[in-house]
Amino acid sequence: MLPSDPDVSARYRDTAARIRAADTDAAAVELRRIAREVRRSIVRMIDRAQMGHIGGDLSVTDILVTCFWGALSLDPRQPAWPERDRFILSKGHCAAALYSTLAHAGFFHSAELDTFMAPMSALNGHPNKIKVPGVETNTGALGHGFPVATGCAIAARLAGQTWRTVVVLGDGEMQEGSNWEAAMTASHYGLASLTAVVDRNRLQQGARTEETKRLEPLADKWRSFGWEVREVDGHDHAALLRALGPSTAGQPVAVIANTIKGKGVSFMEDRVEWHHKVPTREQVDLALAELAA
Amino acid sequence: MTVVERAATFDCRQAFADELRALAQVDERIVAVCNDSVGSSNLVGFRREFPDRLVNVGIAEQDLVGVAAGLANAGKIPFVCAAAPFLTGRALEQIKNDVAYSQAHVVLCGQSPGMAYGELGPTHHSIEDLSWVRAVANLDVIVPADPDQTRAAVRWAAASGRPTYLRIPRFKVPAVTPADAPFAPGQAVRLTDGDDVTVIAIGSLISRALDAAARLGEEGIGVRVLNMPFIEPIDTAAVLAAARQTRGIVTAEEATTSGGLGAAVAATVVTAHPTPMRILGVPRVFAPTGDTAFLLDHFGLSADGIVAAVRDLLDGGRA
Repeated sequence: MLPSDPDVSARYRDTAARIRAADTDAAAVELRRIAREVRRSIVRMIDRAQMGHIGGDLSVTDILVTCFWGALSLDPRQPAWPERDRFILSKGHCAAALYSTLAHAGFFHSAELDTFMAPMSALNGHPNKIKVPGVETNTGALGHGFPVATGCAIAARLAGQTWRTVVVLGDGEMQEGSNWEAAMTASHYGLASLTAVVDRNRLQQGARTEETKRLEPLADKWRSFGWEVREVDGHDHAALLRALGPSTAGQPVAVIANTIKGKGVSFMEDRVEWHHKVPTREQVDLALAELAA
Repeated sequence: MTVVERAATFDCRQAFADELRALAQVDERIVAVCNDSVGSSNLVGFRREFPDRLVNVGIAEQDLVGVAAGLANAGKIPFVCAAAPFLTGRALEQIKNDVAYSQAHVVLCGQSPGMAYGELGPTHHSIEDLSWVRAVANLDVIVPADPDQTRAAVRWAAASGRPTYLRIPRFKVPAVTPADAPFAPGQAVRLTDGDDVTVIAIGSLISRALDAAARLGEEGIGVRVLNMPFIEPIDTAAVLAAARQTRGIVTAEEATTSGGLGAAVAATVVTAHPTPMRILGVPRVFAPTGDTAFLLDHFGLSADGIVAAVRDLLDGGRA
């Protein structure tokens, strides 16, 4: 298990506290700044590894940053703290975004990011909870994180504890039947402590979701399964902060975060080929320049 | 070792349910997770006593195993109770990723395994489960042979902290485990002594192996019967001792021969001390219609079948 970074985790604690104390607009400014740094790390990691899922990494970044700095109760120095909130990235192929987020929060030293997918690195192409602090379950095969998150939420209720569980799903992943099994279970048990965020970038590996296997009307599907649905711009940190607030209806909450695959890099945005294409040297420079702005 | 009376027979599900309830009374971390399988897993009593600690996810095996992994993440000790064919076949990827690879302390209890569902046919048979779960790293595989061993297995799995597959027999079996028998990973239970041939069996085949050994003993053939409750990790020392000290090994299991006990024993001996073997199980066919006893006999998983295999082995296959 990688050790935490004491300096960065201390800074994370202060920054997260400041964001939570600020008004939503001020918080959003800070979250935008962190997201820009996380995105730049992602581009550098994929450049170094010459592998990765850059499009989905960039679409999910604002969700990750808002969860970690604005919504969830976590302690990078004690990743196994029993009463922590649980965060599960079910779309495990976007590990670079998760690792970058975890390193920026101090769960481990950011120098480790340089080893992404290198031989014997802790940072596998899909996250491993045994090696990487802050990872709750080993995802990568799609349709796994949501049932596990549901089990976490049931356990919290059984223990009479108030910690929350957030699972982030890819939209293409919603084609997996296991997710709908979990959606039924969470609703049946009225798991109000559970939030499922769908990174709705409308693209999957080979084509648009709606051309591959139609998901719409997605919000109605969630509602019909008994979930409270909040549909937001998944790059609007203020809107995400509000959407990640606690349930008001005593039911689990689905946040449909409308996002853009490749967000922040103009030539990658909303283009299917950037699911896992690797940028050239020139494209990396261009991407980092755009993300610095 | 003490002689065990084998007249009465037992369905191990009751022993499983009783032990689980007893453990739950003293350890509040124990929860049962099922897929509309409260009745078939004998969990009615558990539900009555601990209604909140029985999580029923409905008919949804992928969710079943994922939810259990989530419960384990938060410090519970989930016993997943589901019919073995659906638990292992439908949720194999969850068993691999969410439980074994994620090192979640989940006890996967395959109920009514093998051909326990007899006439219901191959959809409900679970003869592939041992091959499937043996292929998964970091997963202990236990097949108890009688009620006492079932209780020992439940206690062991609750305390081990390990991802575990526990196959609970439904076909009625006599008590075969001596009171002083050990129960530990990588530890076989020697039921009879003999230096001519070794029969290694599991679960429902143990009593049949003992019957075969008794008959062969009358002919002057000494059979060493080993019960191998842990297929993973297997008792390598006992297997290799059998290979060295007897003239060959016959394995017997209510499972396909492609990857279960026989395959595990064969892989052990072939790399260290090659010895003649006969592997009894279901060949790669789907079973015809019939009750469990009929099907076991049909596939030679009987005292007669074991006797024949021993003779064949001693004859060098010339019979």
